Amino acid sequence: MYVAVKGGERAIDNAHTWLAEERRGDLDVAELSIAQIREQLKLAVTRVMAEGSLYDPDLAALAIKQARGDLIEAIFLIRAYRTTLPRFGVSNPIDTADMTCDRRVSATYKDVPGGQVLGPTFDYTHRLLDFALAAEGEAPVPAPKAEPRREPTPHVTEFLNKEGLIQGEAPNDETPPDLTREPIKLPGTRPLRLQSLARGDEGFVLSMAYSTQRGYGRNHPFVGELRIGQVPVEMEIPELGFSIEIGEIEVTECETVNQFTGSKTEPPQFTRGYGLTLGMCERKAISMALVDRALRWEELGEDNVGAPAQDEEFVLMHSDNIQASGFLEHIKLPHYVDFQSELELIRKIRREVAQAQTEQTQEAAE
Amino acid sequence: MAFEMQALQGGFDDPPRQASFAFRAAMMAMARPGDIQHIHGGAAPAPCSAAAATLLLTLCDRETPLCLVGNHDTDAMRDWVNFHIGAPIVSACDAQFVLGRWTAVPLSDLPIGTPDYPDRSATVIVEMDELSQTGAGLSGPGIKDRASLNLPDIAFFQDNNALFPLGLDFYFCAGDQLAALPRSTKVEG
Amino acid sequence: MSQDYNFAYLDEQTKRMIRRAILKGLAIPGYQVPFASREMPMPYGWGTGGVQVSAATLTPDDTMKVIDQGADDTTNAVSIRKFFQKTADIDVTEETSKATVIQTRHRIPEEDLREDQILVYQVPIPEPLRFLEPRETETRKMHALEEYGLMHVKLYEDIARHGNIATAYAYPVKVEGRYVMDPSPIPKFDNPKMEMAGIQLFGAGREQRIYALPPYTQVVSLDFDDHPFDPSKADAPCDLCGATHTYLDEVIMDDAGTAMFVCSDTDYCRSRREAGHTGAQSAAQLHEVNA
Repeated sequence: MYVAVKGGERAIDNAHTWLAEERRGDLDVAELSIAQIREQLKLAVTRVMAEGSLYDPDLAALAIKQARGDLIEAIFLIRAYRTTLPRFGVSNPIDTADMTCDRRVSATYKDVPGGQVLGPTFDYTHRLLDFALAAEGEAPVPAPKAEPRREPTPHVTEFLNKEGLIQGEAPNDETPPDLTREPIKLPGTRPLRLQSLARGDEGFVLSMAYSTQRGYGRNHPFVGELRIGQVPVEMEIPELGFSIEIGEIEVTECETVNQFTGSKTEPPQFTRGYGLTLGMCERKAISMALVDRALRWEELGEDNVGAPAQDEEFVLMHSDNIQASGFLEHIKLPHYVDFQSELELIRKIRREVAQAQTEQTQEAAE
Repeated sequence: MAFEMQALQGGFDDPPRQASFAFRAAMMAMARPGDIQHIHGGAAPAPCSAAAATLLLTLCDRETPLCLVGNHDTDAMRDWVNFHIGAPIVSACDAQFVLGRWTAVPLSDLPIGTPDYPDRSATVIVEMDELSQTGAGLSGPGIKDRASLNLPDIAFFQDNNALFPLGLDFYFCAGDQLAALPRSTKVEG
Repeated sequence: MSQDYNFAYLDEQTKRMIRRAILKGLAIPGYQVPFASREMPMPYGWGTGGVQVSAATLTPDDTMKVIDQGADDTTNAVSIRKFFQKTADIDVTEETSKATVIQTRHRIPEEDLREDQILVYQVPIPEPLRFLEPRETETRKMHALEEYGLMHVKLYEDIARHGNIATAYAYPVKVEGRYVMDPSPIPKFDNPKMEMAGIQLFGAGREQRIYALPPYTQVVSLDFDDHPFDPSKADAPCDLCGATHTYLDEVIMDDAGTAMFVCSDTDYCRSRREAGHTGAQSAAQLHEVNA
């Protein structure tokens, strides 16, 4: 006979114990250290930092370990931790011209001042499983080293800007909105969109960008420049009256040069899309630049062709993987009260239909 | 020196606890127009009441522009607000919160919200000599049948209610007593 | 109590922001106040809005009850109750009458709430017009202009097709004759209880909205003169306590699909059985427990 289901608390405790055991896996295999994750799974670490909106490689590595390698879960851990941190101040905007570039490529020029730097990229690797990696303990051959540039590395789009060939970006000292501290208000502004994309899900932003390439809001992008490297972070200290460098962060920046616009009164100009992420997130930064460009249709006087990537509300409201996965997965919570109410309703409607049919049959018989 | 000492005093000793109790009183007051609650823990320079000081500590911070009016707009009060709350002191038209006596409040200058965002309206904290459940008759959300409160005006609050869902929301303070009148309340003389 | 976090987890600035939203919500019953929802240490969609509203509302003197589907022992209710025990060190109870703050998902307790009680709802989609118009920019306009024709058309189309309004839960209501409001996914059986003595607060974390109903606020379920609102429930008494006036869960008992009906509000059912009420299968259940 029926006894009300009890024991939710014990079930949760047991589930957590089992989860911890599963996380550790076979005890005969050495446990992963945070340092190992940070150093050897760096691209996972930087994705967690970028979408977690918190630059701390050790915490990101810890989150990956705790999440058993589920990166969205790791991002969630970082986000939840991040909201509890007190805010001591706001840094100055970083200047990516000051970047010490590990990688810098331009698709629009054969060579550029500052040079093309291929850097540690997968691009020209042949995607063949390297079974040598399965054998442990071998130190890699050291890569040749070059002297880093001391002077700033100019942005490729600046060369176009000097000729007036690319649409200018007016400097703006307004503090951008912070979507982690204010509810999103629509229609939004470009700073809001860029912030949302920078922490948006890599897969979502990638697919949105890809859709523009396939014709859903095509905007003919060239990678004007992609650069990855360390930039100094400075902060104004009111007590001192000047800025000091408080550290360096790694960022990935992508500027696209897109098809020009123009009219009878205005000469044609190239336009821009922009992507910037924490850490080494090249696929994400390029995707972000394409989506940013697609979302600028109104500002640049283009038609809205109804493409998903042009739809600000659609993109902004669905790019966050923590919101999306939470809501998606909540449907596994009990819903039996609502289901019961639908059961009642569908039975009632079917009863009424059956009754009506019976009456009809009787009438016909009479 | 006296000013500075005054400015440093009168905050919460234990903000999480004190603010939670103060908010409960503020919420009960707003949810039940005409009910008189007791609220304490804060002390600001005269003539600010304990109730108003506590309300400011509970609801205001750097994100809430505050307008001080009449004899509440003093250096001592500004110092106190600056030290404990950090709310930017603004003019009436930009205010999210307003503090002062009824006759000093520039009612027609205050934001009443927009049709899209009726919540973007000012909350006015009115200092009173006393609060009593007499005078104006109140009905509407939060009131079972009818309530009374010694409002400083009748016609204004009727007009304010007619703007619903736009309009101003009010707290009334006297000593450690607190009552509220949201825009949703119908007022009869 | 955990020393690592502030009382009730949220920092004071966040609580103030939420408290201001709650007050505006109470001042404009049924209107959804945007608020800067924080990322909580539990997933969006699992009660983050309700948890933030509760965290901003609780005092150290409160006694809290958490229910999901009417029950105190469902896993997510357990998890949320534990969260507040840990971060706010408050007393908890399963008894509705002993609670001062009740957080709920999908039900309103059967027992009438008192004036000193606060009911906090977890809300997944706060916008009642969302499934008719997915764009926030549009629905905001519709609320501003009080343009609710689309909702009536939808309900009327249901009647034309099914002979009934095909909404069984999250049944839309109109508040004080002004705002159309989503009551959260409670069964429509619970709608009439929303005119109550307690304060009702609604939190939608992912959608960044808070709304509220002061006590005794007029809450009318949308309907038509020729198709009046019908707060239906399973046409059966509770098999454990015999109640005929409560919302019931249908429990499948065996492979043949034999069903029994039991109160969804587990605390209410327990208190009735303790007071001597019996249902068709209460003896059998007693036997089971003794064995």
